[in-house]
Amino acid sequence: MSRHRIVRRMNYEDECCDDDDDYGHSYEDRYSVSPSTAAQFTYNRDRDLSLSNYMQDEIPEETEMEMEPEAEQEATGAAAGTGLTDVQKARLQSCVEEVHSIMGDTVPEAMVSETILRHDFNLEATLNELLARKDAPKSQRTPKKRKDRTQGASNQNQQAQQQQQQQKQQEVKEVLEQQKQFLDPSAPRPVLTLSTPKRATKGFAVDTNNSFVQQSQGEDAADRLNQEVAALSVASGGDKVKNPALSSVSGAAAKGTESPSSSRPQTPQKLDHAPMGVPRSASRSKNEKIDAKAEYAKRQGDKELINLVVIGHVDAGKSTLMGHLLYQLGSVHQRTMHKYEQESRKLGKSSFAFAWVLDETDEERSRGVTMDVAQTRFVTEKKMVTLLDAPGHKDFIPNMITGAAQADVAILVINATRGEFETGFESGGQTREHALLARSLGVSQIIVAVNKMDTVDWGQSRYEEIVKKLRQFLKQVGFKEADLSFVPCSGLGGENLTKTPSEPRLTAWYTGPTLVQQIDQFKNPERPVDKPFRLSVSDVFKGATGGFSIGGRVSAGYIRPGDKVMVMPAGNIAGIKNVTVDDLTAQIAFAGDHVTLSLTGIDMSSVNIGFVLCDLLSPSHCATRIRAKIVIFNLEVPVTRGYPVVFHYQCINEPAIIKRLVAILNKSTGEVVKNRPKCLTKNSSAIVEVEFERTVCVEMYTEFRDLGRFMLRSGGHTIAAGMIEEILQGKVQKDDQN
Amino acid sequence: MKLVSKYIDKGAGSVTLIAEEAEDMWHAYNIVTVGDTLRSTTIRKVTTESATGSVNASKVRTTLTIKVETIDFDTQACVLRVKGRNVCENQYVKLGAYHTLDLELNRPFTLAKHEWDSVSLQRIEEACDPTQNADLAAVIMQEGIAHVCLVTNSMTLVRAKIETNIPRKRKGLCEQHTKGLHRFYDQIIQAVLRHVNFDVVKCILIASPGFVKDQFAEYMLNQAVKQDLKVLTENRSKFVLVHASSGFKHSLKEVLNDPAVTARLSDTKALGEVKALDDFYQMLQNDPDRAFYGVRHCEKAADLQAIETLLVSDELFRSQDVQQRKRYVRMVDSVQENGGTVKIFSSLHVSGEQLGQLSGVAAILRFPIPDNDEDDESDQD
Repeated sequence: MSRHRIVRRMNYEDECCDDDDDYGHSYEDRYSVSPSTAAQFTYNRDRDLSLSNYMQDEIPEETEMEMEPEAEQEATGAAAGTGLTDVQKARLQSCVEEVHSIMGDTVPEAMVSETILRHDFNLEATLNELLARKDAPKSQRTPKKRKDRTQGASNQNQQAQQQQQQQKQQEVKEVLEQQKQFLDPSAPRPVLTLSTPKRATKGFAVDTNNSFVQQSQGEDAADRLNQEVAALSVASGGDKVKNPALSSVSGAAAKGTESPSSSRPQTPQKLDHAPMGVPRSASRSKNEKIDAKAEYAKRQGDKELINLVVIGHVDAGKSTLMGHLLYQLGSVHQRTMHKYEQESRKLGKSSFAFAWVLDETDEERSRGVTMDVAQTRFVTEKKMVTLLDAPGHKDFIPNMITGAAQADVAILVINATRGEFETGFESGGQTREHALLARSLGVSQIIVAVNKMDTVDWGQSRYEEIVKKLRQFLKQVGFKEADLSFVPCSGLGGENLTKTPSEPRLTAWYTGPTLVQQIDQFKNPERPVDKPFRLSVSDVFKGATGGFSIGGRVSAGYIRPGDKVMVMPAGNIAGIKNVTVDDLTAQIAFAGDHVTLSLTGIDMSSVNIGFVLCDLLSPSHCATRIRAKIVIFNLEVPVTRGYPVVFHYQCINEPAIIKRLVAILNKSTGEVVKNRPKCLTKNSSAIVEVEFERTVCVEMYTEFRDLGRFMLRSGGHTIAAGMIEEILQGKVQKDDQN
Repeated sequence: MKLVSKYIDKGAGSVTLIAEEAEDMWHAYNIVTVGDTLRSTTIRKVTTESATGSVNASKVRTTLTIKVETIDFDTQACVLRVKGRNVCENQYVKLGAYHTLDLELNRPFTLAKHEWDSVSLQRIEEACDPTQNADLAAVIMQEGIAHVCLVTNSMTLVRAKIETNIPRKRKGLCEQHTKGLHRFYDQIIQAVLRHVNFDVVKCILIASPGFVKDQFAEYMLNQAVKQDLKVLTENRSKFVLVHASSGFKHSLKEVLNDPAVTARLSDTKALGEVKALDDFYQMLQNDPDRAFYGVRHCEKAADLQAIETLLVSDELFRSQDVQQRKRYVRMVDSVQENGGTVKIFSSLHVSGEQLGQLSGVAAILRFPIPDNDEDDESDQD
């Protein structure tokens, strides 16, 4: 592709200052230094390096005058006096960090530095003394007991170590052993710093975090490095002293020291929740994060947002009940309702008129069956309710799972008609399965709406009978007594929905709340607003004004127009053009909101249902294989290795294979009953490994409770519910095993 | 498959076979092992150098005999490719020269082995049985996902996997949903037209959860009338609607087990396999001590003459390791000697796939053997 230059006609201006033309040139060609080299070796005023970087001797006056943090440090750091040289300070700093990473921040900084100085920077001696003095500091990073017994001695070793620590043993483990523990990838990783003693004396923490590659951050780190070597990082050092928690996560916080985050008091527990190995979002300062919480509280006002799923056996009258409720609350226009009545009568299905409010597709209307989750919203006295109307037919349980996964609370609709309740409640009926699914997917509060009471003449005995049976069953499933409530009603007649009942046969014995009043009594769920942003895509569609939009529920964090998000598992980056909550443009949307986002900078075909939009800096985990704890339900054939299942998670349903049965657990105590079992029979609890055909975005239960749950189905039956315990990379594992 | 000649003496010898259809290639793939000699006609590019030094390349059809080194099977095209060194010199090809034979349909090939075991002989017999023939197409679908598969006696081939994004129904925006759905159906119709040969296929199963199948069938016939797709309208009676629990490939197992299908297809191999695996799982549920899986466990049971039905995946017999293969053959033989039945699953079928995941061997026993040691299994994963 050589280009012949026509020199005579050449436009010299173009040729010489052709800025765009750097295909195939590296930076070195033009500047003779690469940016990283430049950053490292050239002096740059922007990076507030002090001149004293280049000096050997310290000028005490300057440091003293320079900043207050120094004073602060002195105040807190007592003996960490002024008489120290830079090198000593650096050593002190790193020792303090080391101590914190081992002991947690239970010991005051001042005491630590004092002790270190007394022991002349001898880490072991310091630790000895501190541990002896301190009444067994509770280690903040007690590793979760691993359930995998295939792990070898190193793991046991680790556990033993942990015990030692807990048993208030005074001798400090060898530093080397500590290192091993740090290096052990299986160890839980709230602590990201790897400060080996040798390096420690040099005075900087080495960031082991591989994903921490962004250049700007790299520079930050380099800056910090320089500063610390020169021991003039008084400012950041001061920060550190102020906020001891930070040093325990200093790997991630290496950058954190630059950002204002350090000014915000953070408990280490909170930081533990941050996905491992990934720095917390730096795209916004933490100050704004605090705002987010406040903003959330402000926006909530007196009306709390709640996601409500309506479940129950097919033909229990879920859609009709909710349709009528919406109508009574005024969410549905009188004229629209009239139209539905007319049209449904034409089809000879006048009783379905209210259900048509929610069942909108032709197919659903003509068959009279809800197929997909309908979503709408209504406002009660105290609550903003996002209503998810789940299908009851057993073939559409995948859709129901998607709905229930997005819900906080549920209404279980029961058909009170004689015979109907019984069929729904039998082992093949959906009443049981739905209740079980909802509970397993994290719905903790439930209202049982005993519907169609008019068909049984509002009989109290019938109501009592149903309540008794269900109460027992729901408690078995795991609902707490306090979170259960029962309401008799009629969806078609509209009795006891919003207004106090007028039916004399009901008022004769029922004086409790109406359905809406009962909805108002739901407790508000906790929303993980301060966690990194996550949204599982449940719908992709073309927007009205070109471009395309995605729908879904924000599972964690918050989102604003203009933010950048990562689309996983593909790893593309997209911008948020618009955030719509309930058909209204919003400036911000929080965890729990059902939103529509219009995206830019990405093609519609590269976003699919089940993809996850997440924070750029703490992206979601991609997995092809996971280890999970599952609870097996009633099933006909036992589960063996190689059992094909469908993995239902958020909006995903993916074919998967149970690759390995790790252990059977005792259902109540969680103890291992049998390792490597031959098969899993019904009503047992087990640890298994599940492998997918494709990469799937998942989260661990320990990090995001809501996002760590899944269901396994096979042959039209729900066979198990599970929690993701660990993400294993499938392909690698497979190679290892074969 | 046609058996032209068979000369086997004390286990060693050769057979000449003619593959007649694509499936026969799969059989051939399961019979040929490394170390065999294979003789077939082939096209070879021959370069000749004349006295003056000019090089002349030409393609020649010649018959070559090679000693097999590698075997490749392309499931989509059903082509068997065997590579090896020439063991029989002729005027074009020197001894020891490498050649890759592409086995062709309707051309005889001769396979010689030093040792013919019962499994391979049985396989030949089975392949040459013309009565066992049932071709079946299946469309397994759910909203957004569809698999168009061809099911033959020993193969399940996924011909098309269709995955589209269907926008959800949302308030006042149902057209997008309907439009998406129709686009999805159109794609399936195209796939069916392209991949299903209506002359061969006995019936076409349309399986889905819910009403998707009915909706699709209706839409397809409407489209067929509208677009004048004769193939579809003429073969209307071949479409069978069956319930499946999901649109994924493994649902094919339950589809084949559906009574409506069983009635239509006489006892075919694919069906038999599904049933046998089901029996195994049933046994595992009812009496776990009478259902074993894993090589070691099954071997142990075989030694005790306890095996009533042995399920083996044919994958195991394709093992490159001769010892390994012998081990399985021995087990199969001993079970048969003791009056048990052996079912060799095709690893291309869904049930075979599942069995493969389940270590490849499973057995239903005559009497319970307590499962005492759990460390036993530790090596097989």
